[in-house]
Amino acid sequence: MGSLPLVLPFAELEVGQHLYWQLGNLKIHGQVFLSSWVVIGALLAFLFVGTRKMERDPRGVQNLIEFLWDYIRNLAREQIGEKAYRDWLPFIGTLFLFIFVSNWGGALVPWKLIHLPNGELGAPTADINTTVALALLVSLAYFYAGLSRKGFRYFEYYVEPTPIMLPFKIIEDFTKPLSLSFRLFGNILADELVVAVLAFLVPVLVPLPAMFLGLFTSAIQALIFATLAGNYIGEAVHEEHH
Amino acid sequence: MDSITSAASVIAAGLAVGLGAIGPGIGQGTAAGSAVEGIARQPEADGKIRGTLLLSLAFMEALTIYGLVVALVLLFANPFAG
Repeated sequence: MGSLPLVLPFAELEVGQHLYWQLGNLKIHGQVFLSSWVVIGALLAFLFVGTRKMERDPRGVQNLIEFLWDYIRNLAREQIGEKAYRDWLPFIGTLFLFIFVSNWGGALVPWKLIHLPNGELGAPTADINTTVALALLVSLAYFYAGLSRKGFRYFEYYVEPTPIMLPFKIIEDFTKPLSLSFRLFGNILADELVVAVLAFLVPVLVPLPAMFLGLFTSAIQALIFATLAGNYIGEAVHEEHH
Repeated sequence: MDSITSAASVIAAGLAVGLGAIGPGIGQGTAAGSAVEGIARQPEADGKIRGTLLLSLAFMEALTIYGLVVALVLLFANPFAG
C-alpha cells in the first residue's frame, strides 16, 4: 500500500495513507471517522438550530431547511412515485445531505491545517469504504422496499418482460452498488487530487478554478447519488399496470 | 516493486485514463451539442434541458472516473507490488 507516496513541500498528497485505529481484529481508517463525525455534528447542529422556535413565516435557517425539504421531496416524488415516496423521503434526504455536506466539507474546510500522525483529513466520501457502505445501504433499501410492498411478487420484476432478462437483472443487482460507490469515490478523490497537484505546481490562484469545478461536481454527485437511490427504490416498488 | 512491474503499472495507469476519456468525450460533446440545439429551438425549456444535461454529463464522466480509479489502484495500491 502507498508504494508511491508523493511527499511535496506545499501540498502533501497521501493516497493510500491512513490513520489506523485498531478495533479488535479490525483496522479502521481513523481520519474518515473523524471527518464524518464533524460532518454529522454540523448537520445535526444545523437541523437543531433550524427547527427550534419554528414560525409560520420561515426566516433564516428555518427558511433554508424548508427549501431543502422541498427540493428533496420533489426529487423523491419524481423518482419513487406519488404512492411510496413518503416512506423513503427520510432515507433519500439523509443520503443527499450527508454526501453533499461531506463533499463540500472536504473541499471548503481547511483540513490540512490539522496534522495527523499518518494520513490526512478530507472528505469522508473520498474513502472507498464510506461510499461502499452507502451504496450497500441503497441495495438493502431497494430490496426491502420491493419485498415489503409486493412480497414475493417482487421477484416477478426479474422475469419481466421476458425470462431471458433474468441473468441481466441479477447482474444488475451487483453492478448497481459497484457503480454507485465507484462513481462517488472516484469523483471526489479526483477533485481532491486535481486540486492537490495544481497546488503543488502553482500554489497561488491557479488551483481556484479547479476548486470551483470541484465544488460544482461534488454537488452534482450528491444529487446523482440521491437520484439514483430514489430511482432504484422506485423501480422496486413500481407496480405494473396490465 | 521491481522495475518492470512499476513501468508496466505507470503505462497502464496512463492508458486507463487516456483511453477511458475518449468515449465519454465524444458522448459529452454529442449531448452538449444536442442540448444547445434544443435550447435554440425552444428557449423556454432551458431549465429542464440544463438539468437533464448536467445529470447525463455526470453519468458519462463516471466512465472516465472508473478508468481513473483503476489508474489510482495501479499507482497507489498495486496488488502486484509484491
